[in-house]
Amino acid sequence: MSIEMLVLNVNGVKYELKARATATLAEVLREELGLTGTKIMCNEGECGACTVLINGRPVLSCMTLAIDAEDKDILTIEGLADSVTGSLHPIQEAFVEKSGMQCGVCTPGMILTAKALLDEKPDPSEDDVRSALSGNLCRCGNYRRITECVLAAGKMMRGERND
Amino acid sequence: MTELKYVAPKSIEEAISLLSEYGEKSKIISGGTDLLVQMKNKVVLPDFLVSIGDIRDLDYINYDEINGLRVGALTTIGSIEKSSLIHSKFNILAQAAGTLGTPVIRHQATIGGNLCNAAPSADTAPALMVLGARVKIAGVDGEKLVSIDDFFTGPGQTVIKHGQILTELQIPNLPRHSGAAYVKQTRRQGADLAVVGAAALVTMEGDILRDVKIALGAVAPTPIRAKKAEEILKGKKLDDRLLEESGQAASGESKPIDDTRGSADYRRKLVTVLVKRAVRQAVEQAQLEV
Repeated sequence: MSIEMLVLNVNGVKYELKARATATLAEVLREELGLTGTKIMCNEGECGACTVLINGRPVLSCMTLAIDAEDKDILTIEGLADSVTGSLHPIQEAFVEKSGMQCGVCTPGMILTAKALLDEKPDPSEDDVRSALSGNLCRCGNYRRITECVLAAGKMMRGERND
Repeated sequence: MTELKYVAPKSIEEAISLLSEYGEKSKIISGGTDLLVQMKNKVVLPDFLVSIGDIRDLDYINYDEINGLRVGALTTIGSIEKSSLIHSKFNILAQAAGTLGTPVIRHQATIGGNLCNAAPSADTAPALMVLGARVKIAGVDGEKLVSIDDFFTGPGQTVIKHGQILTELQIPNLPRHSGAAYVKQTRRQGADLAVVGAAALVTMEGDILRDVKIALGAVAPTPIRAKKAEEILKGKKLDDRLLEESGQAASGESKPIDDTRGSADYRRKLVTVLVKRAVRQAVEQAQLEV
């Protein structure tokens, strides 16, 4: 039996908590911290719904032990909007405006994966977007719109106008 | 999951000492993309989890003209896929890495983990076999080098014993006029295990195949070399009849099973097709290099 004391840095806030050594980051985010924006779907690394950013890079939180995420910057969907003004991130805006979500379960993972892509490559091609999102499954089959949203968000972030 | 003890050593020496102490009840975790699935499915239930992600000096890609390529065991599949050095000198390895899982899995999964998990379908294995790779294994008795051809002993099984840890991958420089390719058949475009994977490396002398290496994944209890298929092509000029004969020989060397991804019969047929395709692509690669 092993309960560990953990300090997790989530969305700029330090949380001290107790968790089993085998608890995944996804479980701790949802059950200990109440950050239920991170979804657990397949729970075995196939679907990408649980994707969060650790030090800016996408990571499957269901395939990461919470204890291995200590001392790292964790960003979940709850931390993406501007914490002062509350205004949505351009990717979130694009998903709202262009109907990037249907049931919404894949959306947090899609948006965070897209953020990592756009941060690394501000002007991606459609193929870049499709390839970057290839590990995120949308069972509603909304891939075409999701791709359009990411490309539109890229334009917004580069300060270009969207038609 | 059951409760267990978690330790995160900071050095290889500390990891070895912990692994020796805990013995067969311990498991090494790095990327976690295979092990956590096995733990959730209760296929593997360790009492001690030795997390080696903090050993930063196992994450590197080094190259020099004399010794060739050295890759640390904790280098991620994604780093290998994107390394311009590996692209230019050992393209087949970058190519194989790029077919594994999804982008986010490649970012987490490590090359050491892909090998130690020892899935018969491990994508990097056939590529490393044709490249003549060796792995460095460290333990209480010191370090040793093992050819990748001798590394796998069964599904999920390798020569690594408790108290040992895979630390490095070594790949010798290729002779001039060499080319290599990995081809993988999957049921869908992205994120699938190989139904069959085939790797080929050729070294040309004019239009003669001076040396040929062929390796297969997902068609035997371990990734395998297809040496009869290699012999058929060695010293010959490539032609359709010989290539067909070589593909058939590789098919005969395979020992596939029926599973959800394909029947044994389908796999045997695929081996012939993919070996032919891999050898052709390898020859094209060799001819590109002047």
